[in-house]
Amino acid sequence: MATDVAGGEPEHEQKVVEVEDLVVRYGDREILHGVSMDVRRGEVMVIMGGSGSGKSTLLRHLLHLERPASGRIRLLGHEVCGMDDLEWTAFSRHLGVAFQSGALFSSMTVGENVLLPLREHTQLDESTMEIMMRLKLEVVSLAGFENLLPSELSGGMIKRAAFARAIIMDPALLFCDEPSAGLDPVVAASLDELILRLRDALGMTIVVVTHELDSAFRIADRITVLDRGHVLISASVDAVRSSDDPRVQDLLNRRFEEEVPDPEEYLSRLTGERFEAVD
Amino acid sequence: MAAPEDRAVARPIAALGRRVALGLDAVGYGASLLGQSTYWLAVGRRKRQPVRAAPVAREMMSVGVSAIPIVSVLAGTIGVMLALQGIDALEPFGAQDQVTFGVALSITREFAPLITGIIVAGRSGAALAARLGTMQINNEIDALSVMGIHPVRYLVVPSLLALIVMVPALSIWADGLALGAAGLYVTSDLGMTFPAYLDGVRAALEPGDVIHGVAKAAIFGALIALVAVVNGSQVRGGAEGVGRATTHSVVQSITLIVLADLIFVFAATR
Ligand SMILES: Nc1ncnc2c1ncn2[C@@H]1O[C@H](COP(=O)(O)OP(=O)(O)OP(=O)(O)O)[C@@H](O)[C@H]1O
Ligand SMILES: [Mg+2]
Repeated sequence: MATDVAGGEPEHEQKVVEVEDLVVRYGDREILHGVSMDVRRGEVMVIMGGSGSGKSTLLRHLLHLERPASGRIRLLGHEVCGMDDLEWTAFSRHLGVAFQSGALFSSMTVGENVLLPLREHTQLDESTMEIMMRLKLEVVSLAGFENLLPSELSGGMIKRAAFARAIIMDPALLFCDEPSAGLDPVVAASLDELILRLRDALGMTIVVVTHELDSAFRIADRITVLDRGHVLISASVDAVRSSDDPRVQDLLNRRFEEEVPDPEEYLSRLTGERFEAVD
Repeated sequence: MAAPEDRAVARPIAALGRRVALGLDAVGYGASLLGQSTYWLAVGRRKRQPVRAAPVAREMMSVGVSAIPIVSVLAGTIGVMLALQGIDALEPFGAQDQVTFGVALSITREFAPLITGIIVAGRSGAALAARLGTMQINNEIDALSVMGIHPVRYLVVPSLLALIVMVPALSIWADGLALGAAGLYVTSDLGMTFPAYLDGVRAALEPGDVIHGVAKAAIFGALIALVAVVNGSQVRGGAEGVGRATTHSVVQSITLIVLADLIFVFAATR
């Protein structure tokens, strides 16, 4: 679909996403401290990291929803940061995005939500579009739910409907923020399978943000680990597993649980006062 | 380090400065929305981002048609009230039969557009701000913009168009009802026939008076839409933020309507 917008590099090493030295600040707080990574054509890249490490922030910048303080982002060979809204609107129809919260349009039924990109961007006749919509809903196990409103769905169903909407145009590049968080294991596993199927059957390049380790290792070709706004490692699954960086191992073993705080520090945080360690 | 007294003075001034800056920001944003909307109307089809008729019609129904009952009630009431006040004020001069003149002019030039604008600001402006605010906090606006659908084209233009068309339409409707209701009172009180009253109205009004009212109503419609969009799209912080934006939107649009009215009248009559 969107391959025509990609640059002319040789196919096997084509980089579909390139992030260079991305710095993001909100007010005085620097959230991303020079993040660099890339995603190759046809692979599943998983971005992992603890809560608050900057995964969603990185994604929002990749999607032109916010402007970085500095750095470069290229998607499908196009410089994103310099685009104005009009250029981005023309470009972004080649992307699929499933947001963490689903972001379904609450005034439209599930079916209308999934149909919207088709209605806006194609000239297909209504019955063809509806067949495509039902196919995609079936793929995410939501067949028969097209006439319900988002408010009548469970959280997991909303996520799946959002996924169906994201893939309705068969985008060359798909972004998912926490696709399986909050889903029961069976549905989560079936979404993982779906991601792999989209990669293998359609050659989609897929960027998944998650902090579910099992899911990450099941679907990833490569993994980028973010930690407090830094890239700890961005490499193949095996390289990440066998990394001897203690922080990477920490994150993998602790399964991203909240840090166990130092008792002194914990006390002072609770009371809002400073205690000097006495030994 | 400034002395505490200095701070006590400086802080409110700094706060005022921030508010002014934010206000100017909002004005700039509103102007840019207007520009963008014009752009999409003009070239949307060529950019494969057409402004579709169906949502515009839907908005027109909800802005205009469903406001007819309340506009009718208020317009009729105001018509009778103006007749009462007019006759009462003119009585000492024995000039009651001049009431038609005053009623006709004040309704078409002032009261019909103003009351329509205020009703629509409270109904549709509030609803638009709340809808956009909710969409904003649900990431629905983000979802549009990563789907290749420009939010201004898809969400703002239909509402803006509907308001620019329907506020004048409602205002003309209000003209008719208010004049009719005033006529009922005037004719029964002064023992005049209704056709005579209508002749009086026709003699009092020039096309320019009706155009004056309708043009103002169109401006009010645009103001309501822009204020609602500016407030709705800047919502932060959940449902409470939506409520705040809705209230702000109504207060600001009514204030701006009255101010714009004054400026318009000044420019048109002076
Ligand atoms: N709009 C914003 N304004 C200010 N700070 C923000 C904003 N958005 C995010 N942050 C900060 O950026 C940091 C990273 O947040 P982000 O949402 O990217 O984390 P995350 O990795 O997606 O976490 P999670 O796994 O919980 O979704 C946090 O410290 C957060 O407080
Ligand atoms: Mg997140």
